[in-house]
Amino acid sequence: MSNFTVLVIIIALALISYVMGKNKVSGQGQNLHSLPRHYAIFSVFCAIAPALGVFVLWLMIAPLIVTAPIYVQITDDMLSEGVSASLFMADVQRLANGLSDGAQAGLIDLALLGANPNLSELGKTLASAGLIFSADINANVFALSQAYLERYQTAYTAVLIIAMVASALGMFFGLRQISPEFRARNHVERVIRWILMLATGLAIATTMGIVFSMLFETINFMTLHSWRDFFFGLNWAPNFHGDSELAILPLLWGTLYISLIALFVAVPIGLYAAIYLSEYASPSIRPIAKPLLEVLAGIPTIVYGFFALIVFGPFLRDWFGDGGFLGVNWMADARSAATAGVVMGFMLIPFVSSLSDDIINAVPQALRDGSYGLGATQSETIKQVVFPAALPGIVGAILLAASRAIGETMIVVLGAGAIARFTANPFEALTTITTRIVSQLTGDGDFNSPETLVAFALGLSLFVITLGLNVLALAIVRKYREQYE
Amino acid sequence: MTPKPVTQKPATRSLFDVSDHMTRRKAAEKRFRRYGQAAILVSILMLLALLFTVVFKGAGAFQQTFITLEIELLESKLDKKGKGNIEDIKKVSTFGYTPLIKKAFKSLATEQNIKTNIKTKNMAKIVSKSAAAQMRNDVLADTSLIGQTVEFTFLTNSWVDGYLKGRVTHENTKNNKNISAQQLDLVDELVAMGVIEKRFNLGFITGADASDQRPENAGIGVAMIGSLVMIIVVLLISLPIGIAASIYLEEFAPKNWLTDLIEVNIANLAAVPSIVYGILGLAIFINTMHLPQSAPLVGGLVLTLMTLPTIIISTRASLKSVPPSIRSAALGLGASQMQTVFHHVLPLALPGILTGTIIGLAQALGETAPLLLIGMIGYIATNTPETVTDALLSPNSVMPAQIYEWAKRADPAFYERAWGGIIILLVFLITMNTLAVILRRRFERRW
Repeated sequence: MSNFTVLVIIIALALISYVMGKNKVSGQGQNLHSLPRHYAIFSVFCAIAPALGVFVLWLMIAPLIVTAPIYVQITDDMLSEGVSASLFMADVQRLANGLSDGAQAGLIDLALLGANPNLSELGKTLASAGLIFSADINANVFALSQAYLERYQTAYTAVLIIAMVASALGMFFGLRQISPEFRARNHVERVIRWILMLATGLAIATTMGIVFSMLFETINFMTLHSWRDFFFGLNWAPNFHGDSELAILPLLWGTLYISLIALFVAVPIGLYAAIYLSEYASPSIRPIAKPLLEVLAGIPTIVYGFFALIVFGPFLRDWFGDGGFLGVNWMADARSAATAGVVMGFMLIPFVSSLSDDIINAVPQALRDGSYGLGATQSETIKQVVFPAALPGIVGAILLAASRAIGETMIVVLGAGAIARFTANPFEALTTITTRIVSQLTGDGDFNSPETLVAFALGLSLFVITLGLNVLALAIVRKYREQYE
Repeated sequence: MTPKPVTQKPATRSLFDVSDHMTRRKAAEKRFRRYGQAAILVSILMLLALLFTVVFKGAGAFQQTFITLEIELLESKLDKKGKGNIEDIKKVSTFGYTPLIKKAFKSLATEQNIKTNIKTKNMAKIVSKSAAAQMRNDVLADTSLIGQTVEFTFLTNSWVDGYLKGRVTHENTKNNKNISAQQLDLVDELVAMGVIEKRFNLGFITGADASDQRPENAGIGVAMIGSLVMIIVVLLISLPIGIAASIYLEEFAPKNWLTDLIEVNIANLAAVPSIVYGILGLAIFINTMHLPQSAPLVGGLVLTLMTLPTIIISTRASLKSVPPSIRSAALGLGASQMQTVFHHVLPLALPGILTGTIIGLAQALGETAPLLLIGMIGYIATNTPETVTDALLSPNSVMPAQIYEWAKRADPAFYERAWGGIIILLVFLITMNTLAVILRRRFERRW
């Protein structure tokens, strides 16, 4: 019995209950509590919900009734050196998946395999179809995976049958409840409300997912690598043969330094732009200039990164490099902290200007009028009255831009280079947390090596830093807004 | 002695005389204003510089150099048994076709009386490495071609293409293994004869990526399909969930610490660096749920998580902008709260919701970093997917990841491709954003 058949049957049951639910109350006009539609939808819910419940339950207990009995069969002599039982179990599951996929694709026949097939041939068949990674299959793994597959398939077939029965029963009881006085609408609306709540819960689930997925791998990393080296070491030297130095400090330095350069570009330009737009710009300029500025934020970062690599980096080198126009030899490679930082700064302008513009606009006109009345010029009013009043909000905007800069990836991947070091020369290559995450996770390294797992620790650190900045920024912006509203 | 009259001039000045102090203040005022104008100007100049570079450097990708050759498809080379049996013909690999190209050059040189001292082997090298495969495919599609002389239009080598576009010159061929000055002379002659010419290159817009040996053959079409599939996944998942969550938070949720927490949480999720979503996707969708790597479906799921907060925030804003009087009126007529929301508030807020959604999708379309982590890196956009499952689950790239891939290959011919890809990506983004603006203008209501 395939998934598809069961799905079709359950949908058919739902459709039937829709029609029957509606028919049961049709022609009773004014006596009904709810619209006929509500009765119909109620019976559809009754038919679908039990089946869904069965599947959710299955997802939760499958590890208990399928995986656990196989797991206890793993004995110490099956495990080769350096392989834990859980790793072994993962192999078993992977092979079982490969076997069932292979059988579905018609590559192998599970019934013909028997207990002792030609494993090397089987491995080749499955590996060449891309169903398993390596072609050599351990006999113990194979035996267990067959047992696993058998158990899984029996249990799953049972689940499909139970789901169908539950669906039919639900439909039966649902239809039995329906009578003109039955408050179908209230029930339907309660269910919809639950669905809405579930959708909201996803936002929380995402955060939890982010935190936990990174936390577990980070803990794995910490067991393999000393946390002292990670937090307090001064060298970043991953080595895929092991014995690496993986310290966050040089990366953090690169990240902060490049972000600082970006903010040096973005904050003055963004602030002056915001002030000009909100205080000076004529009504004909503002509607043109503001969207144009915001286009800067809409351009994908890969475009900025490529621009930095191909155009801006070489341009800087023409000025600051060997034999450059300035005659100083500060810059060896087109990729440098300044290359990435300045280009990133331009990307951040609208982040600073848009929010600052809103905040400056929110400063009450009365404050300005008072200042003009005392004889101040417009710029004096802005500098001494409007700006201080808007300062907390502007600080919030800058913090948000900073968090954007710290988490920015593509511009630094393409423009900043890959050398982790402490240097104060903006024209030297530097690297950041985000670029190292990309390079550690896109390499060919073993997934359980500290060199790969360090990416999760870096990711968690990045998450914590940016989260801190965001919370602070949002709190400042929010608190400030309340003052004038 | 009479006291001298004090002839002190009164310290009054005309109001029309400007004091130094005032001049300074006015100058400061003017300066301040200029700074503001300069800031706007610099930003807009940067934008223009960016766009100009993209168009200037990327336009070349839409033009490609082609060479037209008459090739005698010798039976002795392609079908040694001479039986026309397709299985036999299939056994001849692309290596079997390469000599035919050389032969075509040889006869071209004798026919047209081209004086050159380079060997035919090197003459044939100006043709793309894809030429033999192209011939083989044509022959396999129609075996009756064997034995005839057929006119083929091949791509030229990327260096020849670069020569016609001014990227490669006689001077910089000195240490170049791939092209020599003599070959360029030959190209000049062939251009004069009309054998080599630049044409519009549809292959770039519709084609698949090519390996790093043949940049002339690379196209962004397959990655475009990847992007499209991914965006559809994002739309289908994030729009319903986003609307549902916003409705709950805006219309039903009680105001307590929990909903406050959710609210702060959503605002923060919108500012989480995109690469963190990539790590999440890798850990959950690939390592835990064992979904395939590099699949547009997984990309779509990751970007859904990233786009959801944006959509929720804009949806809540548009729900909030529907005036309470509408709700009161509906409730007053006996509608339930649910009916009020779904029959009245939601339809009125829909234009705003759609605008926010389109902007969120545009963001997702241009996102690169998280997709690299789930495996959209390397030479993967190789085949046009044939079925829907294939499009969802088999490895494919998306436009920004493809651009990154080309940028990484460090070859000017691929750089041109990358700029061209950026043009296409920006066209999509501009279209989406324009749509959003039009929607807002057309349907926006002010109460």
